[in-house]
Amino acid sequence: MQLFKEKKLSPREVAPLLWERVKRSDSSLHAYISLEGDFNTPVPLPEGPFRGIPIAVKDNICVKGRLTTCCSKILEGFRPPYHATAIERLLANGIFPFGRTNMDEFAFGSSTETSCYGITRNPWDKERIPGGSSGGSAAAVAADEAIWALGSDTGGSIRQPASLCGVVGLKPTYGRISRYGLIAFASSLDQIGPLTKDVEDAAILMNLIAGHDVMDSTSAHVALPDFRRSLRNDIRGLRIGVPEEHFTQGLDPEVEAPVREAIETLKRLGAKIQSVSLPHSQHAVAVYYIVAPAEASSNLARFDGVQYGFREEGVDLLSTYGITRAKGFGKEAKRRIMLGTYALSSGYYDAYYLKAMKVRTLIKKDFDEAFSSCDCLVGPVSPTAAFRIGEKLNDPLTMYLSDIYTIPANLAGIPAMSIPCGLTKGGLPVGLQLLAKPFAEETLFRVAYTFEQNTAFHERNL
Amino acid sequence: MIDLETVQYVATLARIHLEKEESETLTEQLSKILFYFESLKKINTDTIQPTSHVIFLQNVFREDTLKKSLTQEDVLAIAPKHQGPFIKVLRVIDTQGI
Repeated sequence: MQLFKEKKLSPREVAPLLWERVKRSDSSLHAYISLEGDFNTPVPLPEGPFRGIPIAVKDNICVKGRLTTCCSKILEGFRPPYHATAIERLLANGIFPFGRTNMDEFAFGSSTETSCYGITRNPWDKERIPGGSSGGSAAAVAADEAIWALGSDTGGSIRQPASLCGVVGLKPTYGRISRYGLIAFASSLDQIGPLTKDVEDAAILMNLIAGHDVMDSTSAHVALPDFRRSLRNDIRGLRIGVPEEHFTQGLDPEVEAPVREAIETLKRLGAKIQSVSLPHSQHAVAVYYIVAPAEASSNLARFDGVQYGFREEGVDLLSTYGITRAKGFGKEAKRRIMLGTYALSSGYYDAYYLKAMKVRTLIKKDFDEAFSSCDCLVGPVSPTAAFRIGEKLNDPLTMYLSDIYTIPANLAGIPAMSIPCGLTKGGLPVGLQLLAKPFAEETLFRVAYTFEQNTAFHERNL
Repeated sequence: MIDLETVQYVATLARIHLEKEESETLTEQLSKILFYFESLKKINTDTIQPTSHVIFLQNVFREDTLKKSLTQEDVLAIAPKHQGPFIKVLRVIDTQGI
């Protein structure tokens, strides 16, 4: 961006340079599953104020005519006949989708190990996972293989990989960004959001993609601020709460130390720090792994080999469904569809799904209470830094617990952001999570920007 | 928590053909996960309303006006098999009883 301002580089020169860089470095990372065109023969670029600036896009966001597979065999060969609204809005500003980034199959995972295209490696340590499910987007931004990227967050899928790869990631308020063209995982939780190198870039992207859309009736009719105006280096007097439950069992001291230090920094910068309690947040993982698979089992019922993607024919239509889904879905996808189908099935609905929806109410009330005395909450994003490839893959429950601090924001629909706040002794990035009340992204931007302007974590190069 | 028979029954509901070995692994894994859910039972939710959705929305209407939608060609092109103006699937109606 500095080079743009000094007019040493024009946006349209970026794509070919980026193409060269990705060609050189992505073979060892595998952040991308495909790239757009060959930039030696220039592609036609869309008009608009950001003309020619490329963006990396997670493989569950529809780009018209381009393979969009959620990294699942069941969507083999699927080319959507329309753009997602977020893509439409970026194109209208001249920003074009540069490549598809790797993800856990249907966003089911926290490590990007369940993709049908193979794993993505963490650019900070290639023996480790980049987080997930937007692991490809986070790794691409961290490794300078993308200027910025889009991801999606259902239980932490933007914030956790952003934290583990040392970049900025924002999950906006539910309803802030249209979900039209985002292939549904859990419709009451999913949100598209930006992964960027710094807070200002996240604000710029939000200005372009947020806002009501007639194509998504759950997108909210609320005033849309200019998010760049909230980039103020001043948090004096702001009331920041520290949820005590986010510092309990399972939090690695290597993660706790930089997070505590970051809270001290915020205090030094004039914020009023206070302890708050979210008593029901300890149940968030259980609630989430009932609600999200239940919604997923229903959303993924459409993948049956009839209308889209992959089909394996059996002796009749019924067996065609069974075999297509058996061969098309990976292990984790099957596990979640089974879990969700069970939780919704007759005789178990009350004990699981209805119970989970009631506890969801309590989790949301905890936040309402906390935000009656605080403007913003801060804590860790993930209980550990990036773990080793394969470490948690065969133990689903342990994998699920890596989202323990990110899931509550999705259940309550509130906005949450991860910003880099330090490193472990082993040199792995650690993120700080900021949470605010619904549609208060401006508070997140203000706190994140102030922290960024007074620290140097975001400038650290690999 | 969940037995093999139930897993196989749920698989038929979910329209996923499972091999025996897969069903056994899933029985074990789903049991562990369901055991983890047990903690929810301790919470008293007798007077709590369920939350299925976080933003209050009711009957989102729009004007009933004509507008362009996807063409038949566009939609047929993404189907694994199609013939003429139809998506092609295997026979659904059993002819034996006719």
